[in-house]
Parts: sequence; C-alpha cells; structure tokens
Amino acid sequence: MARISVEVDGIAYEDEVEPRLLLVHYLRDRLGKTGTPIGCDTTNCGACTVLLDGRSVKSCSVLAVQVDGCDITTIEGVSSDGVWHPVQKAFHEEHALQCGYCTPGMVLASIDLLKDDPDPSEEAVRQGLEGNLCRCTGYCNIVRAVRRAAQEMRVTTP
Amino acid sequence: MTEQLEAGTVTQQVKENGALGAPGGEVGKARRRKEDARLVTGRTQWTDNIQLPGLLHVAFLRSPMAHARITRVDTSPARTRPGVVAVFSGQDFAGEQGSLPCAWPVTPDTVIPDHPPMAVSEVRYVGEAVACVIATDRYKAADALEAIEIDYEPLEPVLDMNEALAEGSPKVHETGNESFTWKFAGGDIEAAFREAPVVIDRTYVQQRLIPSAMEPRAVVAQTDGDSFTLHTSTQIPHVLRVMLALTTGIPEHKLRVIAPDVGGGFGSKLQVTAEEVLCLLITRRLGKPVKWTEARSEGNLTVHHGRDQIQHIRVAADADGRVRGVQVKLLADMGAYLMLVTPGVPILGAFMYNGIYKMDAYDFTCTGVFTTKMPTDAYRGAGRPEATFAIERVMDELAAEIGVDPMEIRRRNWIRHHEFPYTTICGLTYDSGNYEAATDRALALFGYDKLRAEQSDRREREDPVQLGIGISTYTEMCGLAPSRVLGSLSYAAGGWEHADVRVLPTGKVEVVTGTSPHGQGHETAWSQIVADSLGVPFEDVAVLHGDTASSHKGMDTYGSRSLAVGGIAVVHACDKVKEKARQVAAHLMEASPDDVEFSEGRFRVRGTGTSQTIQEIALATFAAHNLPDGFEPRLDASATFDPESFSFPHGTHLCAVEVDTETGATAIRSYVAVDDVGNVVNPLIVEGQVHGGIAQGIAQALFEEAVYDSDGNLLTTTMADYLLPSAADLPSFTTDRTETPATTNPLGVKGVGEAGTIASTPAVVNAIVDALRPHGVHDVRMPCTPERVWRTLRSVEGESA
Repeated sequence: MARISVEVDGIAYEDEVEPRLLLVHYLRDRLGKTGTPIGCDTTNCGACTVLLDGRSVKSCSVLAVQVDGCDITTIEGVSSDGVWHPVQKAFHEEHALQCGYCTPGMVLASIDLLKDDPDPSEEAVRQGLEGNLCRCTGYCNIVRAVRRAAQEMRVTTP
Repeated sequence: MTEQLEAGTVTQQVKENGALGAPGGEVGKARRRKEDARLVTGRTQWTDNIQLPGLLHVAFLRSPMAHARITRVDTSPARTRPGVVAVFSGQDFAGEQGSLPCAWPVTPDTVIPDHPPMAVSEVRYVGEAVACVIATDRYKAADALEAIEIDYEPLEPVLDMNEALAEGSPKVHETGNESFTWKFAGGDIEAAFREAPVVIDRTYVQQRLIPSAMEPRAVVAQTDGDSFTLHTSTQIPHVLRVMLALTTGIPEHKLRVIAPDVGGGFGSKLQVTAEEVLCLLITRRLGKPVKWTEARSEGNLTVHHGRDQIQHIRVAADADGRVRGVQVKLLADMGAYLMLVTPGVPILGAFMYNGIYKMDAYDFTCTGVFTTKMPTDAYRGAGRPEATFAIERVMDELAAEIGVDPMEIRRRNWIRHHEFPYTTICGLTYDSGNYEAATDRALALFGYDKLRAEQSDRREREDPVQLGIGISTYTEMCGLAPSRVLGSLSYAAGGWEHADVRVLPTGKVEVVTGTSPHGQGHETAWSQIVADSLGVPFEDVAVLHGDTASSHKGMDTYGSRSLAVGGIAVVHACDKVKEKARQVAAHLMEASPDDVEFSEGRFRVRGTGTSQTIQEIALATFAAHNLPDGFEPRLDASATFDPESFSFPHGTHLCAVEVDTETGATAIRSYVAVDDVGNVVNPLIVEGQVHGGIAQGIAQALFEEAVYDSDGNLLTTTMADYLLPSAADLPSFTTDRTETPATTNPLGVKGVGEAGTIASTPAVVNAIVDALRPHGVHDVRMPCTPERVWRTLRSVEGESA
C-alpha cells in the first residue's frame, strides 16, 4: 500500500492505495466520482479523460500512486457555483451528445484543446479530439460545440 | 432553402417553429434536450456506478478455445485466494441455468441448440463463459480467475459458412451446421429471368461487425430473499424481465428490471445475456448483491456481433434497365448459438431487397449457418442495411452494364410519388414517399453535375487520384411492428407499445413510456408531444422509463420503433386524458360536453367567455368535491398502441470519394443526405440520429471488421485492433430533409434511428467502385481499407495484363 494526497475537484483526500490501482478506479470506486466513466481497457476511447494539473489525461492509463501531490479535475468539478463551463453549455446547445457516455471525456479533452488553441479550425478540433471516441453523434455536433465554446470563451475572456 | 450549399459544410436545418402544431407549438421545435443536464455534469446513473453495502464483484473465466470438450474443472485453487467468496463452474449451475432464449424460430424446423449461460461440457466460441469468481473487489475477482484449472480436449473449429455446409464438415452441434432455410417469393421469378436481355450476378460479403456501444455492459443483481432486482445496461428491460422469468424460474412479479442510464446500444443491448442470468443465479445462491462490469476486450468477444452474411444476388432486366426480377440467396452466420432474435435478423432484410423499385418477381432464400464464433444478432438496421447494400450496389452494376448514369437507372425503376400507397413485390404497402423530391434536393446540395464533370476530367487526365460518386436511394421498414405480422413471421411476441399519462394535482404531467431510451432523447421528444396535446408547458412534463416497477408494460427500444409506435401510444393516452377532462370541465362550467372545446390547455364553452384550464380541471379532479355523477376521480389514462403497418422512411444519400490509385487510400470529399422521415418532432434529435447513423454506415464501408484467425480466435478484441472511426476519420455531413408525412399514424412520423446506417454503406462503396470502374473494378470487399483497394486494383491490372 502507498499513501497519496490528492486534490480532486477542490477537495483534499489522503488515502492508502494499492500500487496497481488505476486512477479511474480510485476516482470511481473509492471517491465515488462516478461522473468519470470507463469505456475501454486499452486507453483508446478517452471516456475517462480528466485534467491532471490542468492537462487532459486518460485516467485509465494513470496509476493512483502517480497523482500523489496532484490536482485533478473531473467532469463533476468543471462547473463553478452551479454555472456550466462554456464547453458544457455548448455541448448542450449543439446537441453534441446522445447517450452521453463519452461526454465527460469529450468535455475535458475539449477544455484542454482550447487552452492550446483558442480558435481551432474544424480540422484542428477533429485532430485534437482524435483520442476520444463517440459512437452516437458522428462527431459533427461535437465539432460545432467545441468551436462554439471557443467563440464564447474568446468573448468572455479577451 | 433553395440556395446552392457548399458541399462539405454542415447545414443547420433546424426549424424554430413546428411543422405540426400551431405557431409556438412544441412539436417540430429544436428543443434542447432535458437529458443533457445530468450527462454534461457527470451526475449520471450508469449501472457500474452502483455501490451497495456488501456488494460483491463477479469476474468470468472465458474459453480460450473456439471448440473444445471440457474434460476437467478444478475451481478449488481459486477459492482460497484473498477476498474470494465463491467460485462456480458450469457444472454448479447445470441444474438451474436453463438455456438462453431465442424468441424467433423463423421456420417450424429451425434448429435451436441448447445454450447454457455457462458452458458445462463443451465450448463453441472463444469467450464463452466457463467459470466465475465472486470476490470482495473487482481486482481480487480478476486475480483469482488465473487459479482456476480447466482442461480442454480440442475439437475442430468451424469458421467459414460455405465450408460449414459442405459434406463432411466438422459439426458445431450434433444436429449439424444448418439452423434453418427460409424462403419467400413474389411473382414468377422464372418468367422474369427467362430470355431477360440483361442479367447481373454478384456476390457481396457483409463482414462481421462489433456494435461497440460506448458503455460496456454491466449488471447489478440483488435479492431480499423473496424478490429480485436487476440493474442492467439494456435496451429491453421489459422483454428481459419476461425472458429472465421464463429462463430462471423466478416468478415475473418477483423480478424487477431497471435500465438506468444506458450508454448506447445499437442493437447490442437487445439481448438476454448469459451474464444477466448468471448474476441473478449468483445473488440467489449467495444472498448478497453482486456486480459484473465488462471489460472492453471481454465485450468484443462476447457482446453479440452484427451482419456476417454472404449475399448472392441476381437481377434480370430489360435492355433499357427496367428491373424484371431479383433473386437472392443468402447465407447468414448465426455464430455458435441462436440468441434472442439471431435468426430473425436476415429475415427482416428479406422484404427490403427490392428497395424502392418496382419489379415483376422476387425470390429469396436464406440459410442460417452455425459456426464456432460469437453469435450474431441485431445491430443497427438488422437485416435492412445488408439488403439495402445489395440492391443499391447491384443497381450501380446494372447502370454500368447498360451504360446509363446510376441515378437514371434508379429513376427508371423507382416508385413514383403519385403511385403511393404502393404495394411492393414483397407485399408491403409503402404508405407515402417522394423519391423524386428527396433526390432532386440531394443532387442540388451535392452539385452532382459539377462533380461528374470533374470526374470525367480526372479520368481524361489519368489523375492518379480518381473521383467516385456513390448513390444510395434507400427505403427501409421500421417502427417494429404490427403484432399480427410478427406473429406470421413466427416471432414470439407482439410489436405494440404502451404509455400511461398521469395528471398530478398541480397540473404537472408524468408520462410513463414502455420505450427504453439509451441516447435517443425520449424525455425531450415525449415532453414536446404531451405539451402540444395537453396544452401544458414543456417543462411541466416528466417522462419515466426503464424500470419495470414504474413502467410495468412495454416492448422497449429497437428497430426505430420508439416514436412511430411508443410516441403514438403517448398521443392516444393524452387523447383519453383530454376526453376525461372535458367531462369534468363541462360539469364545472354547467355545459354539455359537446359544447366544450379544447385548445392550448384551456376548455371553453363554445360561444361564451367561460373557460377552465387543464390545471384547474386537474386540481378539481384531485379534490373530487364536484365531479359528474359516477365519474372516477382521475384524469390518468393508458394506451397500448399496435401499429397497423411498418414505417417506411426513405432518402437519397450521395457520397464523393477520392481514391488514390497508387496507394489505395480513400478520402470522403463530401457527403450529402436528404432523408424523409415524415413529420419531425424534434429536428435537432433527428439530425443527430442521421449523423450518427451515417457515421456507423461509413464505418462498415471503410473501417470495421471483426476478424477471426484460422483457429477461431478473435483478433480484434480491443479498440486498438477494431477500428472505430474518430473525429479525425470522418467528414462533416450535409444533411437536409423532405417531409412526406406517414399516413399510418396520427403524428405522420416515421422512424429515423437506423436510416443513416442503412443508407450510407452502399453510398460509400458505390463511390469507391465508381472511381475505379474504368480500371475494370466491379467490387471492393468491405471494409474498403487502403490495402483492399490497392490489392483489388493490382489484381484487375494483373488480369488485364
């Protein structure tokens, strides 16, 4: 067992974990952060994407012991004071989700993408989200949503 | 709506006002979904989220052999592993596990082999469950699997359908490798082919696909010692409850099935699975709640697969391309067992090989074949994509044979809009449609003539990158289904759907639907329907579904049936509510019910200023102080709707593909889809269904295939091996609609869930073949990977050399 301290969605946790415990299982099974789902076991689908010190990672490919001292943001910590993040709002407005299983990962990967490229072209969004799979939408509305969020974020944070 | 639109952009065809309702009506409006709030914030209820006190975790040991006899099982080494509560093998369940059900024996002599949820003496595909561990956490359960000892005596795998039917083939089951042969005919097929000036003869392979819903399956089973509750990631909580009761012997009224948030299905969760049965048996045995969550690599092996057919299609035509007759001989791979609707899938396609075309004769034979592979079953479109692919591909071949544009061959054969309702050679009556209108709109959006000109130019220049144009003018039968028709096709159940509408004292409304959404947005669309019908605010409607304790009656969601059948049940229930409310309103306003009219949520006495809102009537009914004599004090009403016919959406999809003749690489340059799904309740949701459907159909054309090796091992067990398209692999789609209302239901709606998938696969492959036809290519087998395209080109060049 190893001891870790980690901040998740603004709350500090200290826990004993098995060295092999995956971050996503720590989040889901230990902390009850079930907003982060698991879609595969080979790090292909991206459903479990979270922000680790502000950068997107697939939480199935990170061990819990590796996040000792880190700050994690899951989909449950993206809103502030009940106000949705512009990416969440845009996904809703553009109907960029159907079953919604990939959505947490898509939202967090998009937030990271927009940090690097605040005004991405359609092609840049498609390439940037290559690691996140969706089976429902055909991606058209996801691309629209990310670009819509980008526009809103540029307007609100010049 | 008439401007020429740039191909490759996405059109926003979203009406802000309704096609059906009054101005401001909810139906037809692009309402944003009620479902989204929990989904975009992570407050979801996926089955794997469930944690219960004392919850135990189940892990399954699965057969590494495609075909083998189990000669020895020793579970005892696993029992002593830390955290292990119990270990079971098939022998432990043999007396109680029954056989997984097949509800669709398509012929009286269909061979339905015994299908134990856990193999007892023989395994018949890689991945079949042979033992399980129940432990205190998921890691410990997985760890202990490796301690179970099982010896196998290998038997010959059976992998190829033609070889399986050959004399002397090893047998999957003692009864042999043929499950059934099903025949269907209309008209005189011999006359159609006799002295036909043109005969086209082709064989197409529908590769095996893995449905790949994003949420892996999960099951949580619990019991209080008397009754059982099963949470499961399913499309069919109602059907499942009945079938599980019949399979396990747990009385139906002691079994509650809940489909909480379900992360996609595409047919793959239209199933009664081994794991659902086994989790029930385990919780019954241990008296503790148990959870099983599938790993993706486990799911690729053991979630039922789709397609896997070999289609032999012959078309007889006149010299001008008029189709005289179509003959189809189909081999359909059942896999190792018949699951819930396995044999019915190719039969659903039987009525669609004529597509939108008129002809004199049709002849169809399908043989269901057992192999030592994962069983096949419903996957988005279920039989109709395969049929549509074959007829749309072969129409292109016919056009090439007689030397006309592939769109022209379609125009010469399709049912004209003034000919509806039209009874096809298969005996189905297409109620409405307008193929000309959808096609004209699609051609304009696509810029068809311009692209044809560019194609000629590239051909002349011998450009190494050739341009191909693919057409798919499809229809499909959905809205499953008229119960009598299902009965005549030997399906075990009916095709009705149920709804309850409950009016609460404050005038808020609860709708209980028997449909079971898993991404389709029923909570939103049903709210729109009810808001218009009862004149209540959209926000005042709640939709309940997916729990057999609250929704006791239903046939669930598949076959693009929810709106066309379940939505109509909601409409009928609302009509009954209004009729009751009218009685109360008339009584309160001291008028004759005949003089009371209802609109926009208000009952008015004709010719007076007197009125009452439906909310006021609701409260008065709740108080029940002053109701008509003998009036039962409630406005609630139920309706069970059995459709009189299928629903026949149609459309024209056009695809332009650039094919690099040097590398075999293909790139979709533009994709235009004009679909006619009748009237539309929510254009945003409809457009989303079309997008997703097109993507899945393209994926079959270009990317996906479940591959087994010669020993029967699945090679595509992970998302690294089975290529699901990402955003970077797909283009944007240009979508639009024509609206020809269905005449068989009061909303005028048709199904939309599967249309995109049905249409798009042949559009893409037709485009690739079209690009390469001058090189002598007549077919490219799916998926049309760069390697396949390249090898096809090299092989025809070799032939011509």
